[in-house]
Amino acid sequence: MIPVDSPAQQAEQRATPLDDFRPRSRARAAKNALATATFAATVVVLAVPLALVLWSVVERGAHVALERFPAFFTHEIPIVSRRSGPGMGPAILGTLLVTGGATLISVPLGILGAVYLNEYGSASRFARLVRFMAMVMTGVPSIVMGLFVYMVWTIRFGFSAFGGALALACLMLPVVIGSTEQMLKLVPETLREAAYALGATKSRVVVSVVLRAALPGTVSGSLLAVARAAGETAPLLFAVGASSSYNSDFLQGANTALPMQIFGNATSVFVGAQDRAWGAALTLVLLAFLVTLAARLFTARFATSGSR
Amino acid sequence: MTILDERPRRANEAFRWLSVGSATIVLLLLGLIAVVMTAGAVPVFRHMGLQFFVSRRWSVAGDVYGALPFMWGTLYTSIIALAISVPVSLGVALFITQVAAPWMKRPLVYLVDLLAVVPSVVFGLWGILMVAPYLGRSFLTTGLILAMMITPIITSLSREVIETTPSSEMEAAYALGATRWEMICGSIWPHSKGGLVGAVMLGLGRAMGETIAAALTIGSAIGQITLDPLKPGNSMPAVIANQWGEAYDLQKSALVALAVVLFGITVLVNLIATAIVQRSITRTRGK
Repeated sequence: MIPVDSPAQQAEQRATPLDDFRPRSRARAAKNALATATFAATVVVLAVPLALVLWSVVERGAHVALERFPAFFTHEIPIVSRRSGPGMGPAILGTLLVTGGATLISVPLGILGAVYLNEYGSASRFARLVRFMAMVMTGVPSIVMGLFVYMVWTIRFGFSAFGGALALACLMLPVVIGSTEQMLKLVPETLREAAYALGATKSRVVVSVVLRAALPGTVSGSLLAVARAAGETAPLLFAVGASSSYNSDFLQGANTALPMQIFGNATSVFVGAQDRAWGAALTLVLLAFLVTLAARLFTARFATSGSR
Repeated sequence: MTILDERPRRANEAFRWLSVGSATIVLLLLGLIAVVMTAGAVPVFRHMGLQFFVSRRWSVAGDVYGALPFMWGTLYTSIIALAISVPVSLGVALFITQVAAPWMKRPLVYLVDLLAVVPSVVFGLWGILMVAPYLGRSFLTTGLILAMMITPIITSLSREVIETTPSSEMEAAYALGATRWEMICGSIWPHSKGGLVGAVMLGLGRAMGETIAAALTIGSAIGQITLDPLKPGNSMPAVIANQWGEAYDLQKSALVALAVVLFGITVLVNLIATAIVQRSITRTRGK
């Protein structure tokens, strides 16, 4: 049994740390140093696997992609996966088509949705619901989007780059809404008031003043969404089909994309196919990095905080 | 321009409705996804009933579809991923917010973001060709790859939550002579534990839904329910991706049903997590 102290004694004990002016004990200092070292170690734990992944992609990918440059980026995909050699041309075109289409669908809708949330709805019940559901929607697994588009589109109209674009647009929409709303929030209220004082209507204020002021941040947020979407595989699996030759028709016919080629070739036992997967991975990673870099440049111009 | 001109007013109204319509699309899409997917799953629920959720057998030839092993695989790989990712994410978030010198913060944030930029299929490729030769295609390999993929989101959300700790509380701890570690335990932790739980749950939602990396590295075993992390298994999204191509009607319905279960679970997890994170962040910022 622990002896129970009187209230006065308890108060005295509680007071001691404040009266204790001794230098920090060794044990406390050691604990603190250990914690700091642990935090630093976790940064290493995060960085090392990332470096390993990037190294594998660069080392194995560059070897494939740069051999007989630029054949890898232009030639069609060998139909027989046993064959080694280039290329990935149709998949690069497919990725551009699918991602570009998704951007054209989701970015205007996303920006308009964000305009509603920030400029019209703000704290209304409906706006709060939409805001909340958009956040929930960012967490819906991409494969669910893929199956959904298969059931409402592909099942009737067949494989096409457009189907893939629809699925990716579903993924991008909530992301664009979220990032754009953040940017609209940063536009100073005085700008809006100045425009109203000149007699502008609300739509005029939003289009010519608010959206223009938020443009760099909006572009940057959309580009980050594009970079994410370009690397998605699962939404495309059911909608795009599997072509090994060029198909520049956005609306019709089976197409392909870099992530799908990586997925397909990764499980192959043939070294030639695995090589093509690494080459496609390097191409895809470079593409995603370039888009992300462009986004960063826009953010830097706008000089806002908050990168996610 | 005269005041009687009606055009600006009409354009004004049209723009307003355009933006309302765009916002509504989010709700319509979510509703439509739920309805369409559930309708697609009806045949297998008719065929299997509640057995779908508890049966361990998945046999195309026998027309038996039990989802239990896939649910187990999703749960188990996600738990492994969280077990690895949560300590790392919290450590990195605390390092960035509390330890790092100001000039180090930005590069470190970029490093975390870099991890988020790498496409999941590239992680999968690395997993199957570089990790699987050592660990096999297994729950553990998938858990490892998933951990790498969810670390950025848990880290950046934790950072956001930790940064909402009022500096007065942190300075108060220092003024009492606390070391940094004691300040973290005494000021940051009590303040942000709720938000951190939300951040971890959002990471969990991502891990459960991740498809391609799991499809490549988990090993596609059928009916495997085991605690041995080195055994091959299967998860809900992985089996959808791997079997859809050559699936028959009822099998397709069963795969859609798996997607419905996945959708339901992830939406639920995200609903709770989003609510927790939002409340924890606005509680401090709102005042």
